Amino acid sequence: MSDSTQQESGDGAEPAVEFSLSGVRNGFTEGTPIALGVAGYGVVFGVLARQAGLSVAEAALMSATVLAGAAQVITIELWDTPVPVLAVIGTTFIVNLRYALMGAALRPWFSQLSPAKAYGSVFFTADENWALTMGKLRSGSRQGAYLLGSGLAMWVFWVLSTVVGAVAGSVVSDPATYGLDFVLTAVFVAISVGLWDGKSDLGPWVTAFAVAALGAELLPGRWHILLGGLAGCLVEVVRFDS
Amino acid sequence: MTASLQLSPTVVAVIVGMSVATYVTKAGGLWVLNRVTVSDRVEAGLDVLPGAIIVSILGPELLDAGPVEWGASAVVLVVMVRTENVLLALLSGLAVVLSLRAVV
Repeated sequence: MSDSTQQESGDGAEPAVEFSLSGVRNGFTEGTPIALGVAGYGVVFGVLARQAGLSVAEAALMSATVLAGAAQVITIELWDTPVPVLAVIGTTFIVNLRYALMGAALRPWFSQLSPAKAYGSVFFTADENWALTMGKLRSGSRQGAYLLGSGLAMWVFWVLSTVVGAVAGSVVSDPATYGLDFVLTAVFVAISVGLWDGKSDLGPWVTAFAVAALGAELLPGRWHILLGGLAGCLVEVVRFDS
Repeated sequence: MTASLQLSPTVVAVIVGMSVATYVTKAGGLWVLNRVTVSDRVEAGLDVLPGAIIVSILGPELLDAGPVEWGASAVVLVVMVRTENVLLALLSGLAVVLSLRAVV
């Protein structure tokens, strides 16, 4: 198999990535503040899901198995009776295509883990804990279980907050009253501070911003995230000199 | 409204479909890159990807928002840079949003 040789060359280039309980615990502890922030968004999702006609149990099941905030909120907007099955599943896939790029970025570390650990961990990928994990790994951590740990924190609070939102569904009418609409923005601002790698990031970041802003104006859904990410990536690829 | 604990077979089937579609995207990038060799140049590109994606999520959100959210975001940024405490940064931002909205 070609991937076993890949793994060996990966092992030679960098110190071994470990996958331990302490890594899970560390990820969970450091992921909890972020997960609490995302929980504000989970409440909003729960409210919307209930208003769209899902039961509390159905909303909780969706959060527990899909675990993708943006896709869930967008498909809830499409929800109808009868459910437009293809539109909902197709939109989910397209909105989540950015996760393929995120998974690709995990490769230097995850190619050193067993397939079961690597492919089990990626289920718990969400924007926020993935970004947290990348910051951690790039600053030299060898904790391969950090994505799983921080993802478990995300999962617990995402499911709980969905239930809270769904139960409260008919009481909370406007999430903006409680500032819940701002929470996710705040989470991403905080995360971007951790990801800032110095002035060399300026070109890719400004490009990503410009392309995403333009994309958000011109395109439906969440395509601008994928386009902005790719544009920033491309700037770096073009100017790279080894 | 439907009963809280109701699980309709159709809805459950759609949710299963959504979770499979999502998992394919989450595992797909890792799976593909485990099978092709990547040059240093592409590696450098993947390296800036996290920041570029976060900026792409955040940029349009901020452009759509107003002065209240801009001010609160600036507070989150400053608190985060100074203290590196995520929870403190989030709570400060939330406090600013709520108090400014109460005034404006």
